[in-house]
Amino acid sequence: MIRLENLTKHYGPAHDPLIAVDNVSLDLPTGEICVLLGPSGCGKTTTMKMINRLIQPTGGKVFINGKDTSTVDPIELRRSIGYVIQQIGLFPNKTIEENICVVPDLLGWDRRKSRDRAKELLELVGLQPDLFLKRYPKELSGGQQQRVGVLRALAADPPVMLMDEPFGAIDPINREVIQEEFLKMQREIRKTIIFVSHDLDEAVKMADKIAIFRSGKLEQYAAPDDLLARPANSFIEDFLGSDRALKRLRLVSVGDAMETDFITVLETDSVEHARARIRSSRSAAAFVLDAEGAPRSVLSEQVAEACSGTVGDHAEPVKSTVPITGDLRQAVSVMFAHDMPLLPCIDEAGRLAGVMSYRSIVHHLGHGGKA
Amino acid sequence: MEIIGFIIDNLHIIGARTIEHISIVFLAVGIAIATAVPIGIAITQSKSTADTILYLASMMITVPSIALFGLMIPLLSPIGHGIGYVPAVVAVILYSQLPIIRNTYTAITNVDPALREAAKGMGMSTWQRLRQVEIPLAIPVIMAGVRTAVVMNIGVTAIAAYIGAGGLGTFISRGISQSDPRQLVTGALAVSLLAIAADLFLALVQRLLTSRGIQGEVTP
Ligand SMILES: Nc1ncnc2c1ncn2[C@@H]1O[C@H](COP(=O)(O)OP(=O)(O)OP(=O)(O)O)[C@@H](O)[C@H]1O
Ligand SMILES: [Mg+2]
Repeated sequence: MIRLENLTKHYGPAHDPLIAVDNVSLDLPTGEICVLLGPSGCGKTTTMKMINRLIQPTGGKVFINGKDTSTVDPIELRRSIGYVIQQIGLFPNKTIEENICVVPDLLGWDRRKSRDRAKELLELVGLQPDLFLKRYPKELSGGQQQRVGVLRALAADPPVMLMDEPFGAIDPINREVIQEEFLKMQREIRKTIIFVSHDLDEAVKMADKIAIFRSGKLEQYAAPDDLLARPANSFIEDFLGSDRALKRLRLVSVGDAMETDFITVLETDSVEHARARIRSSRSAAAFVLDAEGAPRSVLSEQVAEACSGTVGDHAEPVKSTVPITGDLRQAVSVMFAHDMPLLPCIDEAGRLAGVMSYRSIVHHLGHGGKA
Repeated sequence: MEIIGFIIDNLHIIGARTIEHISIVFLAVGIAIATAVPIGIAITQSKSTADTILYLASMMITVPSIALFGLMIPLLSPIGHGIGYVPAVVAVILYSQLPIIRNTYTAITNVDPALREAAKGMGMSTWQRLRQVEIPLAIPVIMAGVRTAVVMNIGVTAIAAYIGAGGLGTFISRGISQSDPRQLVTGALAVSLLAIAADLFLALVQRLLTSRGIQGEVTP
């Protein structure tokens, strides 16, 4: 757990200081990611560097797992905290292996153990050890370097990581990939992470908690969905942008927002039967499933009202589906792309598990999130 | 033709003079590396100290070598070495300071601050940072300074023949005093060739000392 207590940093003369960080207090539970977010110069980096004492606080305290960090030798402290800088900062004179092993070597690990660790880490992000261990940083692409930068911070398995815009130096597409990769890794390694960003989308995606700064002050500290649903003041509202409701879409899983009281009918059923079932429910359509339970075709309310005969004669094939593990942004995108006001949501086995409609989305967002 | 004959006849003397010459330059530059590199690193801590030291070292290099040798006669006579090998070595040490200090200082201050911060943030001590990151990155530029020092001082050492230090300069000084173009040309040629050979040799050493990860990058 990381706790900041009235953390303050002044620069310049004592009588007229520039207040870079102003009385910041926050608690971050073990295993969570806190993103420090805010406009340029608001004190994010300064706050972060006071945690590993690259910057000496003017006032206040930092506790890591209950221990006051000012009582620890700074060099020892830094070796116990993973550190990723924005410029990646791989040492160009060292091989990838030596770069990853920097902290283990400083800690005096057995050579064999540290080299095995480097291999294991490279495999974790899909970089073949045989190919990469002996290469130098300049022989890697930007994305590969960025990955190695993160691995280097993870090498000695520190419980706490500080990451200053760790994915800032790469193009947007690669960035998404690395973010996903990192989140996947984080689900297993459960580090406590302070992560600096000035990209709201990145923050929303990565964070368990977002800390919004303005001119050195912590303006709001909340879970991303909370923040987007209930910005504490007009500065934050402006900062989040007028499309903040859309940003929330990514935070809600399809499984949480879909309606599960859908109607299924058989192809051999009459349209009248289907119409009666649709009318007696809140649904706007009835689905026909195949033998495995996957949605095959759909009979919409309008068609059911207008036609007669069997369902098989009038039902239209299902154009697309969305997995329940997806997020609302994905669902909305499919609904727009295929003009589908009703989108079948399927489970891992491909079976129909629920239905997404514009109404269910609006309803979900209106209620302020997952709770 | 006459000159080639002279060279062939005196090969063993030329060899001996060359070894004297090399021993002066390499001993002196070796000592200069041991002083100038630490000074170059130390002055990165303070801009004003750096400016002062670099200024003094530049002043040093502007003193003509013949004047420097003259100055050293009274200074070193009390310890019995007013002329000969010792003042030659001392002069080369002094002349080597500027290129090596300046290049070391420039190379260390030019290390990407991000790398310095990464090193510090990962828990390296100042010494570990120097040894593992800053010096390895500075090596090509420091070595360029050493090469400058060596080439320049092969020339300075030739003048040291006038104070009895031996070396290839002996051919030149005798060539002048005896109006013997054979000796003069032999000396001049040998000094030039030695300078070229030493530079090529040091270029090889530089390559060997430079990490493959930073090889092929431009060095000032
Ligand atoms: N060494 C320093 N001396 C004086 N002022 C400083 C120093 N370092 C930072 N500051 C000031 O402190 C404030 C906070 O800086 P900080 O680097 O923490 O901003 P940031 O939120 O990380 O910004 P960015 O998004 O641009 O990286 C800024 O106004 C900056 O100018
Ligand atoms: Mg910053």
